[in-house]
Amino acid sequence: MATASKAVTDSRANLPFVYRHYSAEQLREVLHKMYLIRRFEEGAEECYTRGLIHGTMHLSIGQEASAMGICMPLAEDDQITSTHRGHGHCIAKGAEVKRMFAEFFGKTTGYCKGRGGSMHIADVGKGNLGANGIVGGGIPIAVGAALSSKMMKTGKVVVSFFGDGANNEGAFHEALNMAAVWKLPVIFVCENNGYGMSTSTARSTAVKNIAERAAAYSMPGVIVNGNIFSEVAEASHQAIARARAGEGPTLIESKTYRHRGHSKSDRNRYRTKEEIEDWMSNRDPITLFESELREFGFIDDKGIEAIRDAVAQEIAEGIEFANASPSPDISETGNYVYTEQA
Amino acid sequence: MDAMVRELSYAQAIQEAMAIAMDMDERVFLMGEDIGVYGGAFQVTGDLVERYGADRVIDTPISELGGAGVAVGAALTGMRPIFEFQFSDFATLAMEQIVNQAAKMRFMLGGEVSVPVVMRFPAGSGTGAAAQHSQSLEAWLGHVPGLKVIQPATPYDAKGMLLAAVADPDPVMIFEHKLLYKMKGPVPEGYYTVPIGKADIRREGRDLTIVATSIMVQKALDAAAALENEGIDVEVVDLRTIRPMDKQTVIDSVKKTSRLLCVYEAVKTLGIGAEVSAMIAESEAFDYLDAPIVRLGGAETPIPYNPELEKATVPQVPDIITAARDLVKGVR
Ligand SMILES: Cc1ncc(C[n+]2csc(CCOP(=O)(O)OP(=O)(O)O)c2C)c(N)n1
Ligand SMILES: [Mg+2]
Repeated sequence: MATASKAVTDSRANLPFVYRHYSAEQLREVLHKMYLIRRFEEGAEECYTRGLIHGTMHLSIGQEASAMGICMPLAEDDQITSTHRGHGHCIAKGAEVKRMFAEFFGKTTGYCKGRGGSMHIADVGKGNLGANGIVGGGIPIAVGAALSSKMMKTGKVVVSFFGDGANNEGAFHEALNMAAVWKLPVIFVCENNGYGMSTSTARSTAVKNIAERAAAYSMPGVIVNGNIFSEVAEASHQAIARARAGEGPTLIESKTYRHRGHSKSDRNRYRTKEEIEDWMSNRDPITLFESELREFGFIDDKGIEAIRDAVAQEIAEGIEFANASPSPDISETGNYVYTEQA
Repeated sequence: MDAMVRELSYAQAIQEAMAIAMDMDERVFLMGEDIGVYGGAFQVTGDLVERYGADRVIDTPISELGGAGVAVGAALTGMRPIFEFQFSDFATLAMEQIVNQAAKMRFMLGGEVSVPVVMRFPAGSGTGAAAQHSQSLEAWLGHVPGLKVIQPATPYDAKGMLLAAVADPDPVMIFEHKLLYKMKGPVPEGYYTVPIGKADIRREGRDLTIVATSIMVQKALDAAAALENEGIDVEVVDLRTIRPMDKQTVIDSVKKTSRLLCVYEAVKTLGIGAEVSAMIAESEAFDYLDAPIVRLGGAETPIPYNPELEKATVPQVPDIITAARDLVKGVR
């Protein structure tokens, strides 16, 4: 990934990591993608309300800086495993929103050809090995991908996203241990949004910070403010460097918050309106990043406006594409159960 | 029974049964993910936490293996836990405790202990929740001696069989089809039980026996009503319990009608239909058969997300009508 020139870097010497490390264009692209995630999910939500999308979905609105901060320093062929709350990860790793919408609409042009929907969104071509309907399901899989990387000497780094709730599954503990014992190039990213569905971490988890669990598996445990892009990206950058150097895994705890309910059937009875309101108006990751960009002179109002307009158009086109795409034929229910062989 | 009978939903009937069980016996308590203030993913526990407190309506961490194991351990040592899986699919994470521990403990210890645990599994497709939240895994557990596995198909049975399960000294696994939760039906107030291990003839008929489970019972009844107009008289047997299976009720029905169609949502092969068919083939009812036995089950695929594909993957009323008609008319 191209970095800013020496002269520019010097003039930014006192700025946070990402502003020293990335070009203005790259940083504006990050904002673009954060908006793309936000508007994609708002669009999906609206389509759901209008009955165009069925099933359920888990929105990551409020967690965009976490997805972008982790994925920005990854190379294109690095890989991720994602979660049920995986739209942001998917876009951050490079997916096209039109094919994501198509998947949500159950169409053949979707990333999973209409078989997976929101909860199984993936973009294998861009290294996203898939969201997961099973809490914690992706964690050992990421370790397996990292084992492949090591055995096949591909140099790939693998990121496993999961929630605070997932860290109480056995799979989390078994996977971290193996990754540490075998010094695998994997990064465990716990997006701690305070709740696993309705259950707060205080009620479900014996440690105060999930990063503390890293000590049990002899790896660094890093806590970042998941709503500040620069903090997340810096931690990701360091963990990636460590993984690529063969020094093994890192556990990053990215503290964040989901603005929406757990899924479409949540009545938010386990948290207060004030709490939600506080996070929305005082700690919105897009607002925070935008004002930093503005403050440090990377963008102005016109630039922001242009990004918002471009995103709005991309979303509208994506929905149109999904709508116009064909549905799978019911004669094809048996496809993809096994690998097609000539 | 002269208790007041009201219309309750299947979910309400289960909730009422759990409340009655907790009222009657201090040892009964509930465990599961988000069953407290959230009320359960399908609102089955509802406001029970407000009525019984967080000590008896326990939100577990997202730890199915551990949670199920804790329930097994508590049951082993005197308590009467009712453990809710948020989706039956997550039984896969807890198979160790269910299959290796709960099911075998009494046997392995020579009858010195018993494990009176109840586990509830919201199951089945039809909600657009895709491949990992839509499965019908009851036959997996039905294969394990030591477990009892039931699939109530009505609100009445849901309440009565849950109360029977709580009273049962052995582990009882209850598979509840998610689409049934909103189904309404008459439910008497107060305590009653519906026996585990007894099938129910939901509709009497002469021409054909349909053995159905769970949500397929209602679909079979709908099909039977449609077929009546064609002069085909269908008997519908609601199996209700898959282990231990009520063989005699099915045998007697097949001896009467001479034709058997098994309808279930789970993947067709190696499932309940195979068991019922083989059981009939081995029984005296075999000699009464006028036609080969037919199974109608789920397609040999995971449940897809796309709604049309999803519907096409499990038997629907028109499929049952066609299969029943062909069977009676001798179409192969
Ligand atoms: C094994 C398993 N158990 C339970 C669920 C139901 N479920 C889906 S998401 C979720 C909460 C997950 O919480 P967390 O890991 O913190 O992720 P978040 O939803 O907050 O992003 C639960 C209980 C599941 N999908 N898989
Ligand atoms: Mg969470």
